[in-house]
Amino acid sequence: MTAPALYSIVLVLLTAIAAGLIGSFALMKRMSLAGDVISHIALPGLGLALLLHFNPLLGAATTLFLGTLLIWQLQQGRTLTTDVAIGVIFTAALAIGTLVTPSEDLIEALFGGFQSLTLAWFLLGVVSVVGIIAFVYVFRHQLILGLFSPELAAATGINVARLDLYYLLVFSLTVLLGLRFLGALLVGALIIIPAATGRQLTHTLTAFLSASSAVSVLSVAIGFLINRYYSQLTIGSVTLNLSLGPAIISVATILFLFSLLRKKV
Amino acid sequence: MSTSLLIVKNLSVRIEDKIIVENVSFELGPNDRLSILGPNGAGKSMLLKAVLNLVPYSGEIVWSPTVRIGYVPQKIDADRHLPLTYRDLFNSKCRVAKVSFGQIDEVSRSVGLTKEMLATPVGHLSGGYFQRGLIGFALIGKPNVLLLDEPTASIDEPGEEHIYELIHRLQEQYKLAVITVSHDLSFVYRYATRVLCLNRRSVCLGAPREALTPEVLAELYGPSLSYYVHDHSDKLPGEAGPGPGLASAISKPTR
Repeated sequence: MTAPALYSIVLVLLTAIAAGLIGSFALMKRMSLAGDVISHIALPGLGLALLLHFNPLLGAATTLFLGTLLIWQLQQGRTLTTDVAIGVIFTAALAIGTLVTPSEDLIEALFGGFQSLTLAWFLLGVVSVVGIIAFVYVFRHQLILGLFSPELAAATGINVARLDLYYLLVFSLTVLLGLRFLGALLVGALIIIPAATGRQLTHTLTAFLSASSAVSVLSVAIGFLINRYYSQLTIGSVTLNLSLGPAIISVATILFLFSLLRKKV
Repeated sequence: MSTSLLIVKNLSVRIEDKIIVENVSFELGPNDRLSILGPNGAGKSMLLKAVLNLVPYSGEIVWSPTVRIGYVPQKIDADRHLPLTYRDLFNSKCRVAKVSFGQIDEVSRSVGLTKEMLATPVGHLSGGYFQRGLIGFALIGKPNVLLLDEPTASIDEPGEEHIYELIHRLQEQYKLAVITVSHDLSFVYRYATRVLCLNRRSVCLGAPREALTPEVLAELYGPSLSYYVHDHSDKLPGEAGPGPGLASAISKPTR
């Protein structure tokens, strides 16, 4: 295996750890629906960048960042119904993104794929993952109090609005890291589904966070192996196209279904 | 008064053009047990939140520099399935408030939470023990003022009594000044040294037996309850006379 391919595998596995941690908090903050679709905001930026021939990740980062600020603003507001607004924004982003993305790039933009990485991108990715894990570690106590009761957290001296913004930015960074492998439609699922599985299997916080990350890594690893060795699977007259993003999320979903059968440990 | 822990002057709270609390003034001294009494929608919780600087307000709120506040909210809107225990929450508060983890054992004993209960996910605890946990959470950081918003709102009758006794015992044990938002007249008579009657504006302020006149109660709860006879004996209002007394008539929140 070439070094650029190895960089990609290592980075996507590291991203899975970060996704498990961030997803666990998303679930506890009851933003799994928003979390699942937040990545759609990356699509218009990604598509425009492809259209105008500049770095697609830069385009995705721009719209994700703006979208994150918008969601944060909506969360702070008391009058607007957040879920309605989020529903409209995410589907609009998906529609506009699909319109502007060149058709030959659309499938990959939506569903991802395996891409080799240069050393520089790999190192930037590793630094980002370390940053995300460090954020969760440093802010875990504030996050815990904030999700238990924002009011109590504020009375304890935590700036809840600022903490929410930090969390959303880190969430978006996780989306960005997984974007090239899983695509704008599926990367949110890598954050949410393994966390839902972890939640199903555990009842303490540490176990939950560990299980979510472990399930996420396992989904990515199995999904990667399926994609590598069976990129096309023919059953009878039907040929399945097992590209990376859909393979990973299918594995994550199967693990989640299994977790429904298991009793909590 | 220079010894006051809290001075509130002309406090008003307005939410989206609606006046919730209007022109309320009061003070809190060390060892004071102040009850804020009033019907639903009177602005009691909002007054407490303003005092805690959790909502915007106009007027003056001055806390003494020596004050350490513990707060027990009325309702926690947390997911019942959260994988969080009171040990996690107490730990987190110790970290955030930068106090020693040693306080956790002491506080748990004070509020009657066993080691098993500390390790039980909060959603699996009964209403009474959940509430004890919230009070314990407020006590971490060794507050000298405790603010409680309807501490028995989510608890059944026998449990209510235990929570009231617990609050009273903690108040004595830790020499706390306490502000309690309450619907419950019997609680006010038994445990409060002062009462602030609130119906958007301040309707009365003083010692319960002097301040809670039939006129004041009528203004708070409407003329239909003005038959209440003020009784200076040690009997609780709810126990006086035949039929359901006023205390029981208004003791449970009607939410």
